[in-house]
Amino acid sequence: MAETKEQFEPKIIGFLCNWCTGAASDLAGTTRAQYPPNVHPIRVMCSGTVDPVYMIKALLSGADSVMMGGCHPGDCHYVSGNYKARRRVAMLKQIFKSLGLDDNRVWARWISASEGPEFAKFMNQITEETRKQGPSSMANDWAI
Amino acid sequence: MKRKIGVYLCHCGSNIAGYLDVAKAADYAATLPYVVVARHYSFMCSDPGQDMIKKDIKELGLNGVLVCSCSPTLHLRTFRAACAEAGLNPHLCEMATIRELSSWVHSHDRVAATEKAMALIAAGVKRVLYRNPLEAKWAPVNPNTLIVGGGIAGIQTALEIASAGEKVYLVEKEPSIGGRMAQLGKTFPDLDSTEELLIPRMEMVKTSPNIELLTYSEIAEIGGYIGNFKTTINKKARCVDETKCNGCGECWAKCPVEVPSEFDYGMRKRKAIYIPFSKAVPKIPVIDRKNCKYFIDGSCKACESVCPTKAIDFKQEDKKIEIDAGACIISTGYDTFDPSPITQLGYGKIDNVVTSPEFERMLNPDGPTGGKIVMKNGATPKSVAIAHCVGSRDQNYHQYCSRVCCMYSLKYARLIKQQLGADTNVYQMYIDMRCFGKGHEEFYKQASEEGVNFIRGKIGQISTETITDEEKGKLVVVCEDSLLGSMIRVPVDMVVLSVAMKPRADTADISRAFLLGRSADGFFLERHPKLDPVGTMLDGIFAVGCCHGPKDIGDTVAQATGAAARALELISKGRVDIESATAFVDEEVCAGCGVCESICAYSAIEVNPKTKLAKVNEAICKGCGACAATCPSKAMQLKNFTHKQLIDVIDEATKDFAGLAK
Repeated sequence: MAETKEQFEPKIIGFLCNWCTGAASDLAGTTRAQYPPNVHPIRVMCSGTVDPVYMIKALLSGADSVMMGGCHPGDCHYVSGNYKARRRVAMLKQIFKSLGLDDNRVWARWISASEGPEFAKFMNQITEETRKQGPSSMANDWAI
Repeated sequence: MKRKIGVYLCHCGSNIAGYLDVAKAADYAATLPYVVVARHYSFMCSDPGQDMIKKDIKELGLNGVLVCSCSPTLHLRTFRAACAEAGLNPHLCEMATIRELSSWVHSHDRVAATEKAMALIAAGVKRVLYRNPLEAKWAPVNPNTLIVGGGIAGIQTALEIASAGEKVYLVEKEPSIGGRMAQLGKTFPDLDSTEELLIPRMEMVKTSPNIELLTYSEIAEIGGYIGNFKTTINKKARCVDETKCNGCGECWAKCPVEVPSEFDYGMRKRKAIYIPFSKAVPKIPVIDRKNCKYFIDGSCKACESVCPTKAIDFKQEDKKIEIDAGACIISTGYDTFDPSPITQLGYGKIDNVVTSPEFERMLNPDGPTGGKIVMKNGATPKSVAIAHCVGSRDQNYHQYCSRVCCMYSLKYARLIKQQLGADTNVYQMYIDMRCFGKGHEEFYKQASEEGVNFIRGKIGQISTETITDEEKGKLVVVCEDSLLGSMIRVPVDMVVLSVAMKPRADTADISRAFLLGRSADGFFLERHPKLDPVGTMLDGIFAVGCCHGPKDIGDTVAQATGAAARALELISKGRVDIESATAFVDEEVCAGCGVCESICAYSAIEVNPKTKLAKVNEAICKGCGACAATCPSKAMQLKNFTHKQLIDVIDEATKDFAGLAK
């Protein structure tokens, strides 16, 4: 039976850098901020570690959207990893557009270690937006 | 190697078990491939919890451990140490954060929280599966300590470390050390003069051979890691040569420019070349270039002409100083709340409504009134009202209690009575009296016995509109007496507003520079409120004093001593473990294209021109993984964060967990 939009619970994969967004997710927890459970966080050392292939892989495996969280531009723990990540995401979105794929399912956010409330807010936002977009068809369309 | 993984779920008391079904999640974990045992226990970090892991490693021959509990920043070290004790390479231990990422943030949906925990555990098992033993690497600890902020917290820490024989750099952004404590009059509950307590310690800082004092300086940049921080300090131009100046004071006596003194909250004037207060350390003036006539139009050079040591140097420029340190201590203190937005209190509009910091200046014998409590017209007040909780415990401003206001308000009451006579009427308008420290309740009792009037209620308005003859020429404090249940009008000569302590205006900058977390109230976040109150989330950086929450001088000094012990611990250990999860090259695959070499921010990779193979210098590599993400052939990978591992983790995480916890 097809899911109705109201029941649709999106599945989202989030790559969080260890030093900023990952620390912000800890802080959101410490302050008991409440947000929907749809994002599955995967902690990586730096947003610069996130190979665009991982983001594509997440969407092909059935994620409805994918996010990458890093330190604010200029604040990277590893000097410039987030700049590299920013370019990669921009490129990935370009490629998605040119292939006629929905680039709105790829997100990047800079959330610092002290921005627990912002992290929780963004978890709400990405879940809401993805819910509005509905289920992603990528996993089915591109199943090999 | 056949993998045997043990999964351990922590209840964390009720922090996890209260919001998700730990037993069900453990049952689920037991069904996962390679998992040979899945247990749950009330506190995994406790000795019995750790023993459970150790026993299983020995008896079941585990070669992988996944602890599902709090964030790895809290206890990864604990569990890895436990594994190492049982003979398992610590890098084979991994954590899944089911507290911060599930139970605490999905507290209203037990099923969803349990399912998310299951997903995190399943993905965690995959991460353990691909982990390999790594050799521990370590680096020597630089024995220098950098302290940012020269108030009582920074001074105390510096003295403790210096007296142990270690080198300290004390950086202060103002021209003198002393901080907020130097502005106060007397301390509670002993009514000691702050000068008596503080000035000798400031002098000790100046004379200690182990302390290098950098005043009028700020942190420009910080990098590195525990044991090896590299910082750049911006030493602002004083326009006075510190090596020549002898602090005689001829220059500021002669300077024709007068501006309001920041140190005295504008209650008196200072010159354009000035020291903030008479007992400043160092006693070397600063030229305020915004107001100095020479810098405005080049006209005056009065200070230069009178200086006997030729110390004035108008051409001096800001200097960058590089400091290497093993530990950093943040003691940047607090700001005080400006009550002008609370218009009904009339601060700034009605004369003789003063804030507590201004009143402290009045009580300080070195202050603008020479320690005398006086009204604007120079007369002594016959009655004073003290308003508690101005900006604290107030939903509109700061929700927290500033902790010291009740006590200093009582101190004011007693000092007023001491100075102006026992017949002076003092009113305390309070919400609750919070006198929790040693000797504090006794101090409160003494104040009540001395005849201080306590009115339980918040001030509604301070007005100059009078009704009765008694009120004529006075300030009328309109407030609700909540014990009587009626509105009252109290005519007084002066009102003191006990204003809140709030985070320094530059807290956000410091927090970003040092990557420190901040709690909801805006102050810095401690690593653990009970067990590590001076530690921060970043190893080797400690925060002390009011920069992570309001506290009194005694508590600040206690913390400062604690942080000094932590820095000394690091120094005496002499070495820190460093990241061993570096990048590595699969030489079979590497084509020597050199993309990794160009992308590495640390120049840790070189491509050998002869072999056409990339080589990682493990001593320099920080393990960020930028090269691994860039390598087009996937020859470059990060140890224990391999592509196969992450792809497998993604596969696991995208599986359907809905319905598993129902």
